[in-house]
Amino acid sequence: METIIENELVKELANKHGRLRESLLPILQDLIVHKRFLSRQDMIDVARELNISAADVYGTATFYTFLDTEPKGKYVIRICKTISCAMQGKNEILATIEDILKVKLGETTPDRKFSLLETNCIGWCHKAPAMLINDTPYTELTPRTVTEILREYIKK
Amino acid sequence: MRSKHVKRVDLIFEKIECKTVLEKIVGMKPDDICQEILNSDLKGRGGAGFPTGTKWRFTAQEKDPVKYIVCNADEGEPGTFKDREILDQVPGKVFCGMAIAGKAVGAKMGYVYLRGEYKFLIPKLNAELDKFHKTMDEFNQNFRIQIRLGSGAYICGEESALFESIEGKRGEPRNKPPYPTSSGLFGKPTAINNVETLVHTVMIMNYGADHFRELGTKDSRGSKVFSISGDTPKAGIFELELGMTVDQFVNDFGDGDTKAVQVGGASGFCVPRKKFAETIIGFEGMPTGGSMKLFNSSRSMYNVLHNYLDFFTEESCGQCTPCRVGCQQLLKGVEAVKRGEKNSKYLDELVKLAKTMKRASKCGLGQSVGNAFGSIVENFKEEIIY
Repeated sequence: METIIENELVKELANKHGRLRESLLPILQDLIVHKRFLSRQDMIDVARELNISAADVYGTATFYTFLDTEPKGKYVIRICKTISCAMQGKNEILATIEDILKVKLGETTPDRKFSLLETNCIGWCHKAPAMLINDTPYTELTPRTVTEILREYIKK
Repeated sequence: MRSKHVKRVDLIFEKIECKTVLEKIVGMKPDDICQEILNSDLKGRGGAGFPTGTKWRFTAQEKDPVKYIVCNADEGEPGTFKDREILDQVPGKVFCGMAIAGKAVGAKMGYVYLRGEYKFLIPKLNAELDKFHKTMDEFNQNFRIQIRLGSGAYICGEESALFESIEGKRGEPRNKPPYPTSSGLFGKPTAINNVETLVHTVMIMNYGADHFRELGTKDSRGSKVFSISGDTPKAGIFELELGMTVDQFVNDFGDGDTKAVQVGGASGFCVPRKKFAETIIGFEGMPTGGSMKLFNSSRSMYNVLHNYLDFFTEESCGQCTPCRVGCQQLLKGVEAVKRGEKNSKYLDELVKLAKTMKRASKCGLGQSVGNAFGSIVENFKEEIIY
């Protein structure tokens, strides 16, 4: 017989957001805040909590770029690669970060502290190049400022 | 001599007492509100330009007792960032606009769908929302607003995809009809408006439709908030009168070396220098959700086009074949031409494909990929080939 281990976090989030289909995205978004990715087990537990199929949860999660289903670092860096940022030196910023963190684009540091990703337009074209670290935007980046910003995060 | 500067307007960011406007609309008949907005000739500021008053009246005429107001704050069009600034500076006016819409159509519930990239605005918006709900209570109004977040999907700015997303599903656009005014969020009649549009309705109710009509042209009344970026010494957010030519715009915002302006973001059109003088920015010419991107002669238009196609290939929801496969093939196609594997005639085939996508795609995303593609290929063919 299958034993169900209570997933306290999922339960708590379902209590907070409700158990309707429309509660699904807020729950998944909060799971990302807590864990930075949606594990297979968490998705199954959310499905059980909302009484929908796990395929529905997985199908919905994988539609959205910010709902990662692969493990990510504590701090997810998303550098904007759309035209304004690309024109104003995005590649230089990316190279600087790769150099500091010793990871390539798409990778996570071995200590699971940082993931380095690119993303589409984040709405800071007039202050390009820009990036998000989790939910916080950083704009008008230069190799020097991005180094300072990362140094602060490394200390955390 | 005519001024080098395009006329600046300060309506959207003007700090006003929203309470006064709310007090006024509480006592009004719903149809009188719709009529005032119709009189103003306000057209949607998200890009599509549908008359706001007509949208509200259609929703008002539906008999369903449950209706919704949705504020589309899923500002994802590359080069557009004005809604973020509006939500940051005058969030109370956005909520006030939703209350006006609610009163006009008979809705008790409103949703703000905010793109995940703007999540940092949430604490500020929640604080403002508390104040708004208290004001509603003071006036004995039971209109309530909830904020929902996106999670990094451009397509969710498409209205029916946005509804799907609020409903907790994949953000895949629906077939139309039915239109949102009869069957929108949760299948109920829904008035969905862009952030800026809603703020305009506040100002129209505050100063009157005639005041709004004084600005702009016959087909494009009023002012518009523009998001200006690229090769310009004045990147930023500017509220300008509609109806200027691209030439007038470039004289004010260009760096002296502007070779092209992309009007309306990746889904808009590329205007080359030789067409600056004849192109009007407005619904009679080149409509825009506000994105104005300037390119000077140092830029390769191949790189610009490639960047846009890469964007669409990633953001296509994949639901319909013309868009999903079309975006991929356009991207592969221009790469093959650039590498010399395909000759220049192949570009004509790709333009045909883009036209097919316009006709056959299910939603605005696939239908508008051909705008940038066609206008860049037509005007900068050499840069694509060599």
